[in-house]
Amino acid sequence: MIHPFIFLDWLEHQLHLHIGSHVTYTWLVMALLIFLAVLVKRSIKTVPSGLQNFFEPVIDGIENMIEETMGHKGKAYFPLIATIAFFILASNLIALIPGFFPPTANLNTNAAMALTVFAMTHIIGVKEHGIGYFKHFCGPVIWLAPLIIPIEIVGHLARPLSLTLRLFGNMYGHEIVLMIFFGLVPFLLPLPMMLMGVLVAFIQTFVFMLLAMIYIAGSLEEAH
Amino acid sequence: MEFFAWCVVAAGIGMGLGSFGTGIGQGLAIQKAVEGVARNPGASGKIMTVMLIGLAMIESLAIYVFVVAMIILFANPFTETVVQLLNK
Repeated sequence: MIHPFIFLDWLEHQLHLHIGSHVTYTWLVMALLIFLAVLVKRSIKTVPSGLQNFFEPVIDGIENMIEETMGHKGKAYFPLIATIAFFILASNLIALIPGFFPPTANLNTNAAMALTVFAMTHIIGVKEHGIGYFKHFCGPVIWLAPLIIPIEIVGHLARPLSLTLRLFGNMYGHEIVLMIFFGLVPFLLPLPMMLMGVLVAFIQTFVFMLLAMIYIAGSLEEAH
Repeated sequence: MEFFAWCVVAAGIGMGLGSFGTGIGQGLAIQKAVEGVARNPGASGKIMTVMLIGLAMIESLAIYVFVVAMIILFANPFTETVVQLLNK
């Protein structure tokens, strides 16, 4: 829900800055994640305790998923995918705390992430296969290429669009629904929708991560 | 004013139609996934992953409709006038 009082907006107003709440909250999430990462890294042990207990299975799970969907070549792209996953999850979940605005409920944040994934898939493709990467766009037989190339280009351009709009629509739509429910009956009725919000936050993170993996895996494999 | 009223109607009906088709599609996908898990519980992990990707793909149709509805409602040149009239 877009809370009536967003504290970083208030702070910005006091300092006479015009940055926009999605940017300031992106910085907040970044600071939070960096702080957690430093905290975990400082006290890393063979017998885990505290925060390490939480982060080890999560990172292990992401690593296994990358191994499953991308093969052993995909391990090099673990940092990109894990960073995106943690960032999206953190920014989706801070929406539930009063006074916080989720950066993923703004089109610009999502477009930035989706374009990063889009650019990365092609950079990785060219790096892996050299000029042969463009065989991916030509279809199975060479004389079908004039037909396949336009379709492939539209298909590739639709990827960042759908990645952006899916995350944005889910987060923003959820906020609108919560706001309408809150306007109708403020007592207890928005609670089930908030539970839905937690679920949506996790599922959308998972979907974004998985699609990024599949796109990168698609450019890693050989063209036939 | 009348134009804006029709815009609201269009956004509502569009969202309804969009979620209608999406609901049927997701229902069919989940039906098959549950059948698959019931027959072979060992494959539930893989089925879950594939099902979630499929659901996300189907869901994006409804999300597109939602974005279009929001564009109709909020990027409308008449919205500001109507809000001003309502505030009077």
